[in-house]
Amino acid sequence: MNTTVVKTAHMTGNYSHDGGSSKVFGFWIYILQDLFLFATLFANFAVFSSAYDTGSAGKDFIDLPFVLVETFLLLFSSITYGFAMIQMHRSNLTGVRLWMAITFLLGFAFIAMEVYEFAHLIHEGAAPWTSAYWSAFFVLVATHGIHVTGGLIWMACMFIHLALDGLDAHNNARLTCLSLFWHFLDIIWIGVFTVVYLLGAL
Amino acid sequence: MFGRFTDPAAGAFSALQNEPIVLYTVSVVLVLGFLLLVAITFLGWWGVLWRNWITTVDHKRIGIMYIVLALVMLVRGFSDAIMMRMHQAMALGGENAGYLLPDHYDQIFTAHGTIMIFFMATPLLFGLFNYVVPLQIGARDVAFPFLNNLGFWITFAGAVLINISLGIGNFGRVGWLAYPPLSELAGSPDTGVDYYLWSLQLSGIATTMGAVNFVATIVKMRAPGMTMMKMPVFCWTTLVSNVLILMIYPVLTVALALLVCDRYLGMHFFTNDGGGNPMTWINYVWIFGHPEVYVLVLPAFGILSEVVPTFSSKRLFGYSSMVGAVLVILVLSFLVWAHHFFTMGGGVAVNTFFSIATMIIAVPTGVKVFNWLFTMYKGRVRLEPPMLWCLGMMFTFVGGGLTGVMLSITPADWQFHNSLFLVAHFHHTIIGGVVFGYLAGLVYWFPKAFGVKLNHKLGVASFWCWFVGFYLAFFPLYILGLMGATRRLQHYMEPSWQPYFIVAMVGAFIIGIGILLTVLQLLLVISYGIRHKGKLPVHENDPWGDARTLEWSISSPPPSYNFARIPTVKTVDAYWAMKVGSNKRKAGSFAKIHMPSNTSAGFWAGILMLILGFALVWHLWWLVIISFIATIAVIIIHSFTGNHDGYYIPATEVQETEDRFAAYLEAEGIKA
Repeated sequence: MNTTVVKTAHMTGNYSHDGGSSKVFGFWIYILQDLFLFATLFANFAVFSSAYDTGSAGKDFIDLPFVLVETFLLLFSSITYGFAMIQMHRSNLTGVRLWMAITFLLGFAFIAMEVYEFAHLIHEGAAPWTSAYWSAFFVLVATHGIHVTGGLIWMACMFIHLALDGLDAHNNARLTCLSLFWHFLDIIWIGVFTVVYLLGAL
Repeated sequence: MFGRFTDPAAGAFSALQNEPIVLYTVSVVLVLGFLLLVAITFLGWWGVLWRNWITTVDHKRIGIMYIVLALVMLVRGFSDAIMMRMHQAMALGGENAGYLLPDHYDQIFTAHGTIMIFFMATPLLFGLFNYVVPLQIGARDVAFPFLNNLGFWITFAGAVLINISLGIGNFGRVGWLAYPPLSELAGSPDTGVDYYLWSLQLSGIATTMGAVNFVATIVKMRAPGMTMMKMPVFCWTTLVSNVLILMIYPVLTVALALLVCDRYLGMHFFTNDGGGNPMTWINYVWIFGHPEVYVLVLPAFGILSEVVPTFSSKRLFGYSSMVGAVLVILVLSFLVWAHHFFTMGGGVAVNTFFSIATMIIAVPTGVKVFNWLFTMYKGRVRLEPPMLWCLGMMFTFVGGGLTGVMLSITPADWQFHNSLFLVAHFHHTIIGGVVFGYLAGLVYWFPKAFGVKLNHKLGVASFWCWFVGFYLAFFPLYILGLMGATRRLQHYMEPSWQPYFIVAMVGAFIIGIGILLTVLQLLLVISYGIRHKGKLPVHENDPWGDARTLEWSISSPPPSYNFARIPTVKTVDAYWAMKVGSNKRKAGSFAKIHMPSNTSAGFWAGILMLILGFALVWHLWWLVIISFIATIAVIIIHSFTGNHDGYYIPATEVQETEDRFAAYLEAEGIKA
């Protein structure tokens, strides 16, 4: 559907900035550069992964069951967003809203748990300024968290966009980009969970 | 409430009070700026400026704005350069020799490097991308016109922020890559490094946006029939340069953000205590910094690959080897970063690897130089100004590359490291390669953008001033480096060095004359523009003759929609094929053309990000919160209220525009 619109626009030489394949392609490119950003942060965490200085080690604080719950919240939110996209392709506005609302709640719960975890760690004396290890820990995990928060704000805006225009070409392209973004953050979290928490708990 | 303004250590106005040079400069800038505003008001240009430039999404106008910004920053960066050259020419003796105190001198060399790379070369690069790439691939705009406008205004915000540091507070005294621990809070407690961090962060965001845009544009918007291997080489180098940007700017963003965390939140990434490691920063900035050199120089190679065939009246020699060489450089540029710090003590294996990788990179570069030479071989070479710049580039850049190979030899590098030999080397490649190449492009595409060529005689004179001035200014530095002079010297005790520094100063002044002549060329065109009340008449499409690519098939300056009909491409050098074949210009039955709508959101977001950057530098936390939320809000509001459907230029208007051009060609007796 989208693709046909854009193909015609391209063939007649019309400049295509309507919700279409260029936008999604551009968003892929954005995600690739974001991947490099996270790659640098992972490398940074690896460099400082034992730089505890006089502070405490990561494994003294890592609470795996807690993080596992966080992980499942985010993984399930990826599935529910996938359901929202299926509803979008069926042009079912109510279905999109329902599944996106569930996704939003799961994402929000994830962020709430992360904020609680950070507050707890700082309270226990494992703060960003304690040592290079904790600096690297907080920056990597929080950068992911800030991205998720950005995704939540985006979702909130999407509810208004959907209320105004329904599932038109612009909104479909936006939902597709947001879908890429959300799944991307899920993949990054798998990396964070493995590198920071699982390896850290060893 | 007033953040660091109330902190005497931050010295908000100390430079204005203690440094007469700064006071005079700021006064002159303010007076000139005020006069400019008065002039615009008096001439009633605000409306035109707002509608046609500030809110524009037309890639051609955004390109011109980028280039204007770059030229202004060139003057700023060059002023720093000439101050350093004058100072070092008289700095024999103690700390009070010369006319700049260490505190001021250190800020000048830091500002010079930072401005020249991030706010002169990069905007000039994006100006050329913007103007030329969509025209070369037969498109009507870039893939994301709003992003393009936004990117320009964020670049502008970064440039303004770095210049505010001249008057309010200080700039860093840390060199253009701000090595910690000197750039940490303990080493640089005032605002200098913070100006550096936030203006670069803004520039980085804008550059990344631009790169996303150009990769999408080149991949998705080529004219029908233009396969990748039929693209002009400048588009290839643009693509590779932007892919490099997408891979390296995130590293810079992270490095800057981590240093911000150190300075603002007391973290321990690059500090000496708390488990931090300053060498990590040095690795990050060079993993960014070395490919950045190729980001800048590859498009210059692309420009030569366009200009040399045009002025040799021959097809480019070895198109596919050109493309291959660019791709090889893309890969190799990631394997050489540690050659910037062989003295780190990385061990024999590490240093040998980076040493050999560095030597190998000379091979694809050599391939390109040979291709240009073979293009000229048996061609009818015409020494117009763009071609002069290209010849100057080839001659000079090869020399700079050779001293680079000298530096790549690890044991020799231990002698050259941080000496003026190194300074001479990278200016040799950047002025000889990047600047000469970009100026070739600027002079070459100028008549496309404005219909008239830059004054020929002044152009030739400007080239020779740059060329001679460059050799006089930098060859003494090679000698000084071998004599043991290190870089960034505020004073020296060795009398035998002084004559060389004086020669270098003379060279810098000759380059200065070259810049003045270019400014004079531009003033002549501005007066031509004013005589025509800003409405430039159309001129012939192919003013140099024998041009080969699509941008030369449409009128100069091009209509806002670029191509009345999107051309179908069958070969490399599409326009050349049209000229050789019996392809007649289509005269009628045009369709309406879909165009993107203007928007002011980019401008407001840029202004808000400037305020955000300033507030972050001065710890005005309330302003940080307000401007941050406002920036996000502007973007979100734009997503609701912006006109995302664009508008149509009616077929009758297209017809009129094309008829006017056809009438011009007929009157001048030019074959369409």
